[in-house]
Amino acid sequence: MGWREKRGRAEAGLASGGSIVQFDNVGLRYGTGAETLSDLSFSLQEGGFYFLTGPSGAGKTSLLRLLYLAQRPSRGLIRLFGEDIVTMPRRRLPGFRRRIGVVFQDFRLVPHLSAFDNVALPLRVAGVADRDLENPVKEMLAWVGLGHRASARPATLSGGEQQRVAIARAVIARPELLVADEPTGNVDPDMAKRLLHLFDSLNKLGTTIVVATHDLHLISSIGRAEMLRLDRGELLDPTGALRHPPRRPDA
Amino acid sequence: MKAGARKFGAADRRLLPEGRMAGPMPWVIAIMMFLTVLAAAAGLGLGSAAGNLTAGMASRLTVQVMAANPDRREAEAAAALAAAERLPGVARVHRLTQDEMQKLLEPWLGGGALDADLPIPAMIDVDLAPGGGDRVDTVRGAIAAAAPSARVDSNATWLAPLGRLIAALRWLAVALVLLMIGATAATVVLAARAALDTHRATIEVLHLMGATDLQVARLFQRRIALDALFGGLVGLAAAALVLVLLGSRAAALGSDLLGSVALPPLAWVLLIALPLLGVLLAMLVARTTILRALGRML
Repeated sequence: MGWREKRGRAEAGLASGGSIVQFDNVGLRYGTGAETLSDLSFSLQEGGFYFLTGPSGAGKTSLLRLLYLAQRPSRGLIRLFGEDIVTMPRRRLPGFRRRIGVVFQDFRLVPHLSAFDNVALPLRVAGVADRDLENPVKEMLAWVGLGHRASARPATLSGGEQQRVAIARAVIARPELLVADEPTGNVDPDMAKRLLHLFDSLNKLGTTIVVATHDLHLISSIGRAEMLRLDRGELLDPTGALRHPPRRPDA
Repeated sequence: MKAGARKFGAADRRLLPEGRMAGPMPWVIAIMMFLTVLAAAAGLGLGSAAGNLTAGMASRLTVQVMAANPDRREAEAAAALAAAERLPGVARVHRLTQDEMQKLLEPWLGGGALDADLPIPAMIDVDLAPGGGDRVDTVRGAIAAAAPSARVDSNATWLAPLGRLIAALRWLAVALVLLMIGATAATVVLAARAALDTHRATIEVLHLMGATDLQVARLFQRRIALDALFGGLVGLAAAALVLVLLGSRAAALGSDLLGSVALPPLAWVLLIALPLLGVLLAMLVARTTILRALGRML
């Protein structure tokens, strides 16, 4: 692994300028099985918009789990917000997690909390007082078209409505990095467009966005987005643009 | 990271569904607390009984002058009385009067049975000064010299087995209290684990949003503390009722030995403190269990 590691370090030095996420030779295996992800090397630029695609089972969700700090890699180096999170002590991770918004594929809404309380959760975790979170949460719910369902429990919401609550919850705290796993899988095309527009506006405010999706239509609708294509745990990067990202004009 | 130490605010009550009083946990704790309070009360009551025994009776000697001839008996009794009074370390010497003898014998012989024809030994109580247990033999020797027909009984001799029995029962009570504390702690561990399992999905979401272990632990800790407080108070109330009933029954018996088992006020304070200690124990155990479980997550 010697030369590879050296090359990885050199790249890390080069690309650390505007990159928010940096993977060097990252591998992930669960238990003793085969590697779910192998030799991932790429960096995501701060303020970038990325689509992660690939067939089912390619490791998209695993890669996202690494991004939102649900998992540490089996090998390799990951830098997030400029810091090595592989060797970072556990007690520092919550502070990093608060800078990341996540839309889970299965939503993971808290079943006994209302839509309002679910969306308010990240703010409460961050210690925002109740009187300060009421307006932003209501606005956010209105934005995803659920202003009238603020007090509804997830079980009484349709799949699409639950998904919108999950998205509202992921973006409410203005994360620096938004990670979304199939965020438009359960909504009609109009709502998908609307949600994508939300991501787009968030991106324009500076949030780096990573969206895993199969939806090619969705991908084509954000012109400036870049694509990461995973296949069988490996990143296809024929042009090398992901390993050696061109400097962005605004960076 | 400073925000990490903060609470969730007023809303944290809603983060875990209330469900309190529904599970068996508060009732199990109530039963544990009931038994713990009874065992502790038994220990404390026996402690005060043992104290009364040793304070009142163990340092007393009873001298019986048993000469059959009344004149000789009188002479020997007077000599024994004088000999005992002269001894150092003797706090009080008292010869039982005719009236007192009458009272003692009444239950066996009936009133007025005591006349000059019935040979009754003369009895002398000798109270040793505190810590005078080792002077029993000196007293015995002096009295034997003064009154050859006298028999000296040390109360300590026949109280000792009773004292040992009480001590054994006290240790048993202490052991029971300790076992109960252990069992309560184990119950809380199980309850905390069950709660963790039930709410695993919620915890994971909170965790991934950047909730610190302490924030999550605090949610459970509080819930379990409330359960423990409820259980503790119910257990204490039931035990107090039983103790008061038992106390009034024992008082009705009018026995000196049982009467001395009464609980001193300080013991009641200790018993009332038990549920509060239980709540603290439950919180501590729940916190440790949950922090350990969370520590296994990334």
